[in-house]
Amino acid sequence: MSQETVKRDRPWLMRTYSGHSSAKASNALYRTNLSRGQTGLSVAFDLPTQTGYDSDHPLARGEVGKVGVPINHIGDMEALFHDIPLGQMNTSMTINATAPWLLALYVAAAERQGVDPAQLQGTTQNDVLKEYLSRGTYIFPPEPSVRLTTDLITYTVENIPKWNPTNICSYHLQEAGATPTQELAYALSTATAILDAVKASGQVPDDRFGDVVGRISFFVNAGIRFVEETCKLRAFGRMWDTLTSERYGVTNAKQRRFRYGVQVNSLGLTEPQPENNVQRIVLEMLSVTLSKNARARAIQLPAWNEALGLPRPWDQQWALRMQQVLALETDLLEYGDLLDGSHVIEAKVQELIDGAHEEMARVDEHGGMVSCIDNGYVKRELVQSHTRRLRNIESGELQIVGVNCYKESAESPLTAGDESGIMKVDERAEREQIESLQAFRASRDDSKVKAALQQLRACANDGSNIMPASIECARAGVTTGEWSEVLREVFGEFRAPTGIDISPVGNGGSDALEGVRRRVKKTGEELGRPLRLLIGKPGLDGHSNGAEQIAVKGRDAGFEIVYEGIRLTPAQIARAAQEEGVHLIGLSVLSGSHMELVQDINREMEKIGVTDIPLIIGGIIPDEDALALQDQGVKAVFTPKDADLNTIMNTMVTIIREANGLEPAA
Amino acid sequence: MSLPHADDPAELAAAIAAGDRAAIAHVLNLLDDRRDEARKKTTALLAHLQQDQDNPTGQLIGITGPPGAGKSTLSAALIRVWRARGLRVAVLAVDPSSPISGGALLGDRLRMQTSTEDDGVFVRSLSSRGQFGGLSAEVWPMSVVMLAGFDIVLIETVGVGQREVDIARLCDTTCYVAQPGSGDSVQFIKAGVLEVPHILVVNKADMGNLATRTLSELEAALKRTHPDGHWQVPVLATSAVDGTGIETLADALEEHYQLLRGPQLALRRKRYQAYWIHKRLLEEFGSFGIDQLGGEESLLAQLQAQDMNLFKQYDALRLRLYNRIQDTLE
Repeated sequence: MSQETVKRDRPWLMRTYSGHSSAKASNALYRTNLSRGQTGLSVAFDLPTQTGYDSDHPLARGEVGKVGVPINHIGDMEALFHDIPLGQMNTSMTINATAPWLLALYVAAAERQGVDPAQLQGTTQNDVLKEYLSRGTYIFPPEPSVRLTTDLITYTVENIPKWNPTNICSYHLQEAGATPTQELAYALSTATAILDAVKASGQVPDDRFGDVVGRISFFVNAGIRFVEETCKLRAFGRMWDTLTSERYGVTNAKQRRFRYGVQVNSLGLTEPQPENNVQRIVLEMLSVTLSKNARARAIQLPAWNEALGLPRPWDQQWALRMQQVLALETDLLEYGDLLDGSHVIEAKVQELIDGAHEEMARVDEHGGMVSCIDNGYVKRELVQSHTRRLRNIESGELQIVGVNCYKESAESPLTAGDESGIMKVDERAEREQIESLQAFRASRDDSKVKAALQQLRACANDGSNIMPASIECARAGVTTGEWSEVLREVFGEFRAPTGIDISPVGNGGSDALEGVRRRVKKTGEELGRPLRLLIGKPGLDGHSNGAEQIAVKGRDAGFEIVYEGIRLTPAQIARAAQEEGVHLIGLSVLSGSHMELVQDINREMEKIGVTDIPLIIGGIIPDEDALALQDQGVKAVFTPKDADLNTIMNTMVTIIREANGLEPAA
Repeated sequence: MSLPHADDPAELAAAIAAGDRAAIAHVLNLLDDRRDEARKKTTALLAHLQQDQDNPTGQLIGITGPPGAGKSTLSAALIRVWRARGLRVAVLAVDPSSPISGGALLGDRLRMQTSTEDDGVFVRSLSSRGQFGGLSAEVWPMSVVMLAGFDIVLIETVGVGQREVDIARLCDTTCYVAQPGSGDSVQFIKAGVLEVPHILVVNKADMGNLATRTLSELEAALKRTHPDGHWQVPVLATSAVDGTGIETLADALEEHYQLLRGPQLALRRKRYQAYWIHKRLLEEFGSFGIDQLGGEESLLAQLQAQDMNLFKQYDALRLRLYNRIQDTLE
């Protein structure tokens, strides 16, 4: 090996998506991560913060501090960055519906550190459109949401020039089942919708529009088919360059560069033999680093045990070390683009570009991205792709090691420990957060809060930029719930199409499916009426892909499915079960709040006299919790390792039979 | 379901009339249940619910229209207006079932989003179950039960063609919701495919010009007097998004109800029931069966003249046909 110093490229920003329990606990975690060589921060907020509720709101119960950090007011934001100089930090915030508010708190916290907000660097995800398609943390209808997004963009271009105001996400589209072509098409159509809206708002003079385009960045997914994924990123770069030049007339080539950050694929991470996720993650990282001209600006990797529960600090450290080994030990950063000139790569890139153009034309035919969300077109396409993927896994056409082939495994020492390889959120976190919130409310100057909220309402109504009034609210001590409530009153709330109204599989379904159909039909006849199933998503968790796939499969198996979409209260679920006369309730909870939600639903059912409908649950549920849930009467607990949907359907039929006094078999 | 008086039909009927949600849910399940034991219970129960046949209560409203016209969202907006006027509302939302698996996705609750605090609203989703021309056979018996406990029963179905015909023959007031910009509705009315509704609504008025154009096309295409007579069919613009026209629509529905009240309504309800029985017998025995009972016209007249009990009447005719077939075979 040569000992001369070779000129190496600067590595990408290395982050870990993290945050939990409280601002104080997360601050300690961030400082540890930075000391271990992480070069930027990526803040995960809890669901109440993402959906605009204070920690003491009834819908927040069980969710506080679970999937991220709760931030209710400026005091929390200050605590989150205690002893972290914001003038030098690059902070990415995964925040969408409440993005203007969290940025306002960040600006106000920077001011209190004595930092000029113009110096701030970082990213607000601020892409609400994909929330309607996947992830589900939207609040308002599409139109006012796009307005909030553009307000944040125009404000930062003017006042915080180094900020990335929006991260157009194709990441979550892939998680919802998108093919590479769909990922390209929908992400670029979203970007177009946002830029058109900024243009239409008239807040940016034409000669400065290149500055806006130059600040748009993307958040991309990388799956295990890493050659195709590399090609996808090269396609992204080329399409963005053409689009910004032709549609928006941007002449400065630098402003047309496709800048993106990455979190590699979570959809493909498996619960069985979870150690295999390590090589999956490493290969996926290759796809976004290999080609220099299409290399990521920032990377965050999931932990190997994400499908089991919340990763521990050590798991996150392992993910960071993967990046460091690639960037520092290998020779990757010493070369120019390795793939330029390859015919094979070029042909694939062109194929993806052509396919994406066709799909973008279809989106245009349906009235553009915002209409396609309203009318459910894109959601339906995604549900269809995801269903196809699951059918391929089921048939074995798509092989997944440890899931549908090579399932035999020696016992893993990694998951054998006392804590079974995952972290637990401190149960006291929610109570302490609520106490501190109430103390904060008691200590503020109410007249200032009132005045700031009045100003906010006026801006929301008259269409002026929402940011200055939001920053004033942050300074005055307004809370996340109060800020959101004012906008809810002005803009209204929204419920997105579920996309499950896709066509059923034909008679050519598999033998396994035919078997389930026969049992569903026979059991329905024995009970006098067709089997009915309520699928409920309680709590604030908006990851509805699993629930949607069960709904579609259930319909194909012959169940009558009642599905009401996301964010239901326990009382709504109990009531729907009663009014609809269902034979079984299936819950889907991925946020970790399954214990509290099941307790609440049981209580609500008892209250209205529904005591004989069996309950099952699916989600990311540790074994220990699964046992506790079964003690509370839950009849079955499904986790990501239960990948065979026909088996799930069969179990459901058996549970219904037992609950109604029929022979379990048949 | 552990209900205190589930086995006593009189007490169960009283609980339904009092709006007891658990009792209503229980009876709807029973009506869905095809087993003999369940049928016996519902026959007994209906006898108690139908005592005041000559003085029917409640309004039975059918809302129909093409997919995507915004029927559920419009229904939700209407429910809010009715609740504000102190009326209790039950909804039967019918979705198509898969012809292959028989399964169905029932998604209308999603768009209705009624408050859980409010005991004055009750929603039951139904699948068409591939029968009854797309309208589930359970719709009429379930409506009878809901009419006993609610001021308004709203039946919502998707569809163009046969389903309008069915819903028009089972409802006091039918309301057709058209989608702005779609010429289909106009074409259907002109071609006479569409049974003339009592009220025509162009929803999504917030879509501006497109909605205005559809509105004027419909106004031009429609004969303004309903074949029922005495009723001028209004063509209304609504928007569930900004609330336009919802109060007006509720007023028009109320106005039509006032027109029907009294002896006419009692006659209509008898007609629905006769129609339902005829339709079920037709499905089960075909036109051969109907002929055996004297043909459609005579059967309908005969049914309307009788004292009513839905299932008793139906079961008696069914038995007659069975016996006749039995005799023929022997």
